[in-house]
Amino acid sequence: MAIRERLSGNEAVATAMKQINPDTVAAYPITPSTEVPQYFSNFVANGEVDTEFIAVESEHSAMSACIGASAAGGRVMSATSSQGLAYMFEMLYIAAGMRLPITLICGNRALSAPLNIHNDHSDSMGVRDAGFIQLYCENNQEAYDNTIMAVKIAEKASIPVMVCYDGFITSHSVENIMLLETEDVQKFVGKRNPVQYLLDDERNISMGPMDLQKYYFEHRKQLADAMRGAKNIIKEVSDEFYKLTGRKYDLYEEYMMDDAEIGIVVLNSTAGTTKDAVDKLRASGVKAGMVKPRAFRPLPYEELPESLKNLKALAILDKCDSVNGYAAPLFMELTSAMYSKKVIVPTLNYIYGLGGVDVKVEDILSVYNKLEEVAKTGVVDSTTHYLGMED
Amino acid sequence: MIEIRWHGRGGQGAKTASLLLADAAFNTGKYIQGFPEYGPERMGAPITAYNRISDTPIRVHSNIYEPDYVVVVDDTLLQAVEVTKGLKEEGAILINSSKKPEQLRQYLNGYKGKIYTIDATKISMDCLKANFPNTAMLSAIVKITGIMSKDELLSDMKESFKHKFARKPEVIEPNMVAVERAYDEVAGGNE
Repeated sequence: MAIRERLSGNEAVATAMKQINPDTVAAYPITPSTEVPQYFSNFVANGEVDTEFIAVESEHSAMSACIGASAAGGRVMSATSSQGLAYMFEMLYIAAGMRLPITLICGNRALSAPLNIHNDHSDSMGVRDAGFIQLYCENNQEAYDNTIMAVKIAEKASIPVMVCYDGFITSHSVENIMLLETEDVQKFVGKRNPVQYLLDDERNISMGPMDLQKYYFEHRKQLADAMRGAKNIIKEVSDEFYKLTGRKYDLYEEYMMDDAEIGIVVLNSTAGTTKDAVDKLRASGVKAGMVKPRAFRPLPYEELPESLKNLKALAILDKCDSVNGYAAPLFMELTSAMYSKKVIVPTLNYIYGLGGVDVKVEDILSVYNKLEEVAKTGVVDSTTHYLGMED
Repeated sequence: MIEIRWHGRGGQGAKTASLLLADAAFNTGKYIQGFPEYGPERMGAPITAYNRISDTPIRVHSNIYEPDYVVVVDDTLLQAVEVTKGLKEEGAILINSSKKPEQLRQYLNGYKGKIYTIDATKISMDCLKANFPNTAMLSAIVKITGIMSKDELLSDMKESFKHKFARKPEVIEPNMVAVERAYDEVAGGNE
């Protein structure tokens, strides 16, 4: 029986973690994900989980402890944001390179400087090449669901998974949510069965030693192949989750795309706001649509261009900037994928909402207005725009 | 969909009140959002919190700029913040104040809609011997918005207090008195 509840995003994720009951959680608090380890340590103190909670002195140590515990054979989770994720940078590559199925919760927040605690995607986008699967969440329900699915995806793919949701907007907003019974979550995630692990006293192994040139390249290639293969694993796990909950997840979600002439690609909570904008436009006869990637790693580079190919104009929205003198990550990767698939659509990049600048339905409508103009003329005057910061 | 904006000062419980309202509406089967706007939080500094209440799932994730209702937990904010900004004329504003509604219109930048007042601070001081106006404010805004009936509100709040004050059962009854008084003592509503 599903349980009707109302929880903040952080409460929802902490609840998922309680129901998963991992072997180890190691975390260091940082706004806006602080509440996740805070709630979880309450569950530990109250004996509601069997987890070993390791209160560490930094995020670098948090991920280091996760790596140790995961290599030992445990099911391991952590949570962080912003500077904390940046501080983990070195250990993220090690977790992925060692193929450890750690689940890392990321309450997305801007990076300093200037100091800012509010939401954008600079943190998770900054570690996009670390070798983690990245799942992005529109709301509390998706944060909860993806946390549960992440554990299974990580262990099937032998790749760590990052679950990303918007700081404050999702993490601190209370919304309706449907929870699973703990028993069903337990059945869904099952037990971790590592092929090899450090605490296996039948078979002594060493993990994480140095690789000479050829072995290093081979291992990196294996990781890359595993990331490619993770697309199918995400789909399989999502299908299984659908059978359990009736909630459908894929690599990405399409909204009103079937006959769409202008479209927006956008991650996380702004996707919800964009759906409202699409409905408004549809009501006045404008054929607008939206695509919300759920998996950014692995990038659905074959599927997404297929979904976008019939558009007359497209805007890809990034809640971060690459500061490369050109454009931002989601735009660059998607247009590259489109080019490879010979999908040519006039495409704009909108960088929006940095440092938590609020994004209203009207802001999204202004992007669609621009797209209508581009669709008519076919002309892209300039590629990269900063939403609300122009004129 | 009903959209509500709360104005309070850090430490007065406006955020908590918005979450309690979300809870109450949730318990009547609605879809809800309750979220504060986080700034540099300090005791006494102006803060804002928001509610959306709807019969259908809520997808928009922005702040609220054109609320149906505004709740002001501290009437000293009337001079400090433009509390009626974007407030719909067919909506209403509820102010915690000992003054009469029409005495406050002069501070509302020409706002023509309904004004309600409730002396939540006095109710709190009478019932709880301390200034926790949010329970009374919650009760008053429930009445004005008609989100639920008085009986539903009373039984919902009783359950919520039982849970919240499990270790201090002696404060449940005074809080219930505050809820009922606030519901009955809301004044105003003339345009």
